[in-house]
Amino acid sequence: MTQAEALKEYLLRLADSDMILGQRLCELCGKAPALEEEMALMNVALDLVGQARNWYEYAAELIDDGRDADKLAFRRDAHNYRNLLLTEQPNEDYAVTMGRQFFFDVWHYFTLKSLTGSSDERIAAIAAKALKEATYHLRRSSEWVKRLGDGTEESHQRMQDAIDILWRFTGELITPDDTDRVLAEAGIGPDPDQLATDWRGMVNEVLTQATLTPGAEDAWMYMGGKHGEHTEHLGFILAEMQFLQRAYPDATTW
Amino acid sequence: MPQHGESDHRSAVDILIASDRVPANARPDLLTEDDIWALLEEVKDPEVPAVSVVELGIVRAVRWDGKELSIDVTPTYSGCPATELIEELITEAMRAAGFRDPKINQVLTPAWTTDWITAEGKEKLRAFGIAPPEGSSSKLSLLGEPDVIACPHCGSKETERVSEFGSTACKALYRCKECLEPFDYFKCI
Repeated sequence: MTQAEALKEYLLRLADSDMILGQRLCELCGKAPALEEEMALMNVALDLVGQARNWYEYAAELIDDGRDADKLAFRRDAHNYRNLLLTEQPNEDYAVTMGRQFFFDVWHYFTLKSLTGSSDERIAAIAAKALKEATYHLRRSSEWVKRLGDGTEESHQRMQDAIDILWRFTGELITPDDTDRVLAEAGIGPDPDQLATDWRGMVNEVLTQATLTPGAEDAWMYMGGKHGEHTEHLGFILAEMQFLQRAYPDATTW
Repeated sequence: MPQHGESDHRSAVDILIASDRVPANARPDLLTEDDIWALLEEVKDPEVPAVSVVELGIVRAVRWDGKELSIDVTPTYSGCPATELIEELITEAMRAAGFRDPKINQVLTPAWTTDWITAEGKEKLRAFGIAPPEGSSSKLSLLGEPDVIACPHCGSKETERVSEFGSTACKALYRCKECLEPFDYFKCI
């Protein structure tokens, strides 16, 4: 794999993960458990979709086949999507929603932090902007994990169940493939070992404070999102998200 | 040049129509970069009309060589939905001053920080009922609590955070325990 190919692939992963998690969070618009939570969830989703646009725009320039950011988001099928499997998992109860957010935010925070030092200036600029937002997201989701984990008997149980359900999708966050390695060697992407160490360190720290037990490090992990092999959930997300653009392709007025 | 306060309540259609108008008698060649900064002071943030895009630190640079006008703007947040509208409002203000083809460049680096909001801008935010950002963005700790936020209505420091996020991405929601009023806090980033 050439560095140029790896870069396009990696940008789509960043964009797609932001986009799909943003879309998942938006499903809670109008039905979040409390008004303040709804505002928070929609704000996080807005940040993620905004970041996705920045990554898509850069990806579209490099792919250079006439597709713009919108076409990359709304005209690709599930097998072309490169998002992390974690981001497409359903909202379920609030413990799962916040557990998913927490695992993602820790990965997102350390990934962006590393990308601010990327040798690719455009990536460094987008990451520096996004990092400020991701820092806020992480503070919020880690507070929720602690509050629910160290809360009542029921909230503790639900939060632990959420950790157990989601754990099998976390391996993909910190297991590098060729794309990750090529970019790390070029100084463009994060060092995979450092990312894994940082992710585990913070997850363990917060879960300990939350009186929760992480899954086993050698647990069997679902992987494949980064290569277009998704769980059944992604197709349903795209069917809803892409309906308008598929039904009225190239419409200029909605 | 738009009259003060005029730009607050116009529809997108008005803006599109207005932005095509360049007054025949305008003499942009007589204007300096300082004059252009002064014109930009009249362009208000559509979400927070109490402050201008200059006071918010969104306008990063103005270049005018007598032929081409180029203005650098930076978004507050990656997903800020006001970004495009702000660019349109700036374009409109510049056309009204006679600049036929102002170039608006979106720059991401260095990333916008609340440290760029001017002292005057912070005072205007407070008068508008929004608590301005406290402290410096560089001193924030990752999982730490923010500083004490004073109520913009009564000045009391007995306040509590209701939500980490408020009516827009740039704000958090607080409540004053003295006067019991809720208020927005412009988050420090």
